[in-house]
Amino acid sequence: MKNKNKLTFSRRNFIRTSALASGGILIGFNFLNSCKEAAVPAVDVSKLNFNDFNAFIKIADNGYVTIYSPNPEIGQGVKTSMPMLIAEELDVPWAHVSVEQGALDTKNFQRQVAGGSQSIRFGWDALRQTGATAKQMLINAAAAKWGVDASTCTASDGIIKNSTGDQLGYGDVVNDAAGMEVPENVSLKSPKDYKIIGKDAINVDIDKIITGEPLFGLDYVVEGMKYVSVARPPAFGQKVDTFDATQAKSVNGVTDVIQFGDKIAVLATNTWAAMKGKKALKVEWKADENLESTAQHDKELNAILDSNTLDVRREDGNIKKAFAEADEILERTFESPFLPHNCMEPMNFYANVTEEKVYLVGPIQTPAGTANRIASLINRNPEDVHLEMTRMGGGFGRRLYGDFAMEAAEISNITKQPIKVIFSREDDMAAGIYRPAIKYRIKASIKDRKVTGYHLKEAAINSNMYGLIPNFFPAGAIANYKIESGNYKSNITTGAWRAPYTNFLAYAEQSFFDEIAEALEVDPVQLRLDLLKNVKDVEDKSIDYSAERMTNTIKLAAEKSNWGNSENGVYQGFAAYYSHNTHVAEVVDITMKNGVPSVEKVTVAVDCGIVVNPTGAKNQIEGGVIDGIGHAMYGNFSFEDGKPQDVNFNTYRLIRMKETPIVETYFVENELSPTGLGEPGLPPAGGALANAIKAATGKIITKQPFIDTLQNRKTDLNA
Amino acid sequence: MASYNLKVNGKSVNVNADDDTPLLWVLRDELNLLGTKFGCGIGQCGACTVHLDGVAVRSCSLPISSLVDANIITIEGLKDKALHPVQEAWKELDVPQCGYCQSGQIMTASSFLKQNPNPNNDDIRNAMHGNLCRCASYNRIEKAVALAAKKMS
Repeated sequence: MKNKNKLTFSRRNFIRTSALASGGILIGFNFLNSCKEAAVPAVDVSKLNFNDFNAFIKIADNGYVTIYSPNPEIGQGVKTSMPMLIAEELDVPWAHVSVEQGALDTKNFQRQVAGGSQSIRFGWDALRQTGATAKQMLINAAAAKWGVDASTCTASDGIIKNSTGDQLGYGDVVNDAAGMEVPENVSLKSPKDYKIIGKDAINVDIDKIITGEPLFGLDYVVEGMKYVSVARPPAFGQKVDTFDATQAKSVNGVTDVIQFGDKIAVLATNTWAAMKGKKALKVEWKADENLESTAQHDKELNAILDSNTLDVRREDGNIKKAFAEADEILERTFESPFLPHNCMEPMNFYANVTEEKVYLVGPIQTPAGTANRIASLINRNPEDVHLEMTRMGGGFGRRLYGDFAMEAAEISNITKQPIKVIFSREDDMAAGIYRPAIKYRIKASIKDRKVTGYHLKEAAINSNMYGLIPNFFPAGAIANYKIESGNYKSNITTGAWRAPYTNFLAYAEQSFFDEIAEALEVDPVQLRLDLLKNVKDVEDKSIDYSAERMTNTIKLAAEKSNWGNSENGVYQGFAAYYSHNTHVAEVVDITMKNGVPSVEKVTVAVDCGIVVNPTGAKNQIEGGVIDGIGHAMYGNFSFEDGKPQDVNFNTYRLIRMKETPIVETYFVENELSPTGLGEPGLPPAGGALANAIKAATGKIITKQPFIDTLQNRKTDLNA
Repeated sequence: MASYNLKVNGKSVNVNADDDTPLLWVLRDELNLLGTKFGCGIGQCGACTVHLDGVAVRSCSLPISSLVDANIITIEGLKDKALHPVQEAWKELDVPQCGYCQSGQIMTASSFLKQNPNPNNDDIRNAMHGNLCRCASYNRIEKAVALAAKKMS
């Protein structure tokens, strides 16, 4: 079987060790340097010193292991799963391993980021090699002590044995191992010998989470720090005209009110006083740019779809000819609104800018980039910046952007004191970096009961589908194929939102395939399987997915969901999608209650290669699927004169317990290198749900949120 | 600014706060009990749930002045010597993803099970409907409440 996700890997000198004064060994390794595709070291690795490594393992002289995990944890589970890879090859009992979040230290740690569901994919080789190298050094140290050849020794569960039956614990030889040469060629385990990979490992922070220990950015407190609430322009396109802080300053606990740029910061001795102080501010805002509205965006995006000046992102064959010769042409336009991220932990950050250092602590997915931007913002040497990451109360893309950390640094720089910026929920929803509103217009030509042409246009606010997305399914499956995109530049800030672009693109395309299936009078699952037979991905390197893996995934979902044989009153919908290097197929089962679907069950088949941590993997799929269902059903966000129309959960609807389906997850079993799971479960969910609603009602839903269409329809029926 | 006496996690405490200060911010900023989370500030998400005289309440919407001689239990005070059965169930089923909403979920569940020790699935879904989880760990929350009920019976 072809493995699309193989990364080449050079481990030359990416490990260095040193003895610890307190006993034990510290192993440094170049985590991201060592696992880049093409693996070209950015620097001469033979000249590296310890400060150049970005991840560390510490083996104490009792044999216990601490792994300093370089990547930020946002709920995707890498703080548990990445250390599992080291522990497997080091061959220590998982119970002897503890995990610490590595801080961003501009000297020791570099290039740390959480995003794109890539941590496990990139870490797979590097982390296992590191564990295996350390294990070999421990074996070599034991062999030297015994005066035997290392090849006659074995190690397992933290114990080294030789052929005469002698035993030494890792802890007995760590100090010797620290002085040994780093071996160049170590062998890795065969998957059948795995003891940790593939077994459930519970979240390493579980005890702290369930007992309420401080873990998150909002929980970070320094004696004497000020709590800060920031007034930002209530509409995109506005600036501060004048403001009066008299009443704000009279609030008990408020210590200072300052303007920075077009924002006003209220500093106080506690959070409530800061929030009250902000409410007491009297600010006159003035429009400085266009104040944009959703109705206007609608027109602009439609104009892009109607135009012929889009950027071609992929073109195969000749769609003009295919459409000219067609027996039938299908066309549909799909629309989605902006969406806020709504992390449960509102944005916040601690900053203390002193003459010597810039201290920053908080939840951030991009610590290195943010530290650098802060250094240039407040005119400091990047080496002065010390940034520590906390566990994050959700990310979903929002914490890729360090705007809140920059605000904190700027306020501390002006006021010369330790402060923490805390967004209220209203601040968080109204000062977002939203998923952009997008429209897709898709056309398909049918000739002799086959799909001969496919033309997709994307119109989006600010930016378009990136990278390899135009090469995802159905690229390669249809001979005449064209993907085009265009955008409208808005002053409303937009950015990545869990599974960027594909979170809506998959719904549009997968709904459209059900229409094609209907036109061809073929089962929707069979249509996908037939189309996949056309894909020559083994020869054509431009195709980013594997037709064989997608086929197997679809078949598994169909089998496990009992596709086509649902009970009376239960309607099924199907969707399959490849994104973030993982293949996923989903079947949604619904019943209809008062014209609204009750989503009963979602059967999910996933090919992510080897499943590193099954409990964590299933958790990501369950969450991603319900997140996808929830936002497809209820997610709506609009603007009037630049102003967000919802700012809290009383009017902005998120999915809740009673609306959730049971998610059943099945993994395709293979021994291919693992890929990520934080995002790929989400994209197919909305499409599968729309297809189930179509099966139940005959209605094609072309717009998110579905609930609006469904409730309007109900009104029509009553009329 | 006035002085208030509260009983928090079995200990008597005295705090000075403005009378409109929500219990949430008294717990977090004055008493350094950071397990109770801020999510929305308007009683819509449940992240700030604590027990007031044994009943689950939203601490973000309860002004300190309304709490005369109140007996409050927070997530930090839920376990005795051992974990509460709800906490055990949360651990056994590996419920959390990001974990931020879970102290509120656990406080809602533990109060609910005190009132209804033998819930069916619909009872559980109704009881937990007010607590948002943005990571959507809802399937496991549902299972963990049922498991905790079994542990407590």
